[in-house]
Amino acid sequence: MAEEVILLDFWPSPFGMRVRIALAEKGIAYDYKEEDLKNKSPLLLEMNPVHKKIPVLIHNGKPVCESLIAVQYIDEVWHDKSPLMPSDPYERAQARFWADYVDKKIYDLGRKIWSTKGEEQEAAKKEFVESLKLLEGELGDKPFFGGQAFGFVDVALVPFYSWFYAYETCGGFSIEAECPKIVAWAKRCLLRQSVSRSLPDPKKIHGFVLELKKRFGVE
Amino acid sequence: MGEELKLLGVWGSPFSRRVEIALKIKGVEYEYSEEDLFHNKSALLLEYNPVHKKIPVLVHNGKPIAESLVILEYIDETWKDSPLLPQDPYERAIARFWAKFLDEKCVPAVWKSCMSVGPEREKAQEEALEFLSTLEGELKGKKFFGGETVGFVDIVANFVGHWTGVLQEMAGVDILTEDKFPVLCKWAEEFQNCPVIKENLPPRDKLLAFFKAQRETITNFYKNKV
Repeated sequence: MAEEVILLDFWPSPFGMRVRIALAEKGIAYDYKEEDLKNKSPLLLEMNPVHKKIPVLIHNGKPVCESLIAVQYIDEVWHDKSPLMPSDPYERAQARFWADYVDKKIYDLGRKIWSTKGEEQEAAKKEFVESLKLLEGELGDKPFFGGQAFGFVDVALVPFYSWFYAYETCGGFSIEAECPKIVAWAKRCLLRQSVSRSLPDPKKIHGFVLELKKRFGVE
Repeated sequence: MGEELKLLGVWGSPFSRRVEIALKIKGVEYEYSEEDLFHNKSALLLEYNPVHKKIPVLVHNGKPIAESLVILEYIDETWKDSPLLPQDPYERAIARFWAKFLDEKCVPAVWKSCMSVGPEREKAQEEALEFLSTLEGELKGKKFFGGETVGFVDIVANFVGHWTGVLQEMAGVDILTEDKFPVLCKWAEEFQNCPVIKENLPPRDKLLAFFKAQRETITNFYKNKV
């Protein structure tokens, strides 16, 4: 049967990157549609009426919204190749827990780093580093969060690596100095084509952040 | 096989009760341990959930699982009778979507509508009405979100099904009312009357008394949470 897979996305979105990585890991051909978030397409509004956000995965006309839900969906439908979730229920629970932790912490703290200054920015930097250190602890000496194989938590977190340069430049700190293991892990992930082809150039992300800062009047 | 299953919970917490409902639906025996969240978290809780220090935590043969939605999926995958999530991957994605919507949008908005003050409360009330309206649309005249029987989304919606009524009475606000949300209110009634749910809800009057007495403590405690 002819599968039709469309991804509604926005190039700097770490959430969109997660879905790109998952699709690439499975070798799925898909139609990438870039959304202009200032002028959302009728398709996006129809496929995600509740949140009107990207990414949206559309599989044979049916939309799946929310990046981690889409990644799990991809893993379950195309289960014959490159499994992203472990098979053991306890390991799966741990993977879901840590992906949820990434969702609760990294985006919002990162956002505060580039969009605030003074005390608020310092507090965000501190908590951001603490969160990455906790993740470093969870990674331990394993090559990937899932162990020997690249998996769900790696997919959830690695997109934010493309934003590190922007965070560092705006925040005046070095993430590699604070969390060398995380940076080493990210570089290891980038050796995979699925990741290197899904993450934009960090300098481009920084350019995008500078534009956002101008637009929102942040110095 | 000697299974050791322990739940660290709080009698009045919807998140804790979700796990109990799931375990009861599966017919699984467990040991329950009540936590004192406001004054004295147990050493066990701090050991088993060092990251968030929150309940519920399910401990299965010494291995802890935290976050209620993660726990529910674990329970569903470990005890396969009476499935909570649908079998079809697309239906599962939809169920997960609504569970996330409930936790990230509905619960905080309803909570703030009842527990906040001033402009924050007004804004929360507007949002709560909008989110509940979206939820009602999803119910689309089904008996339960899960179809004919209680499923994953119904369990996650326990806050709407039981706690919302209590909180709005305590706060003197009108959010989930029959004239505004006839479908959702009917669902709430079916939900509360379901035998396995009924036995696992904290008594309404006890919950009301608790929220009334503890309003200030709770507001301060949850200021940074939701």
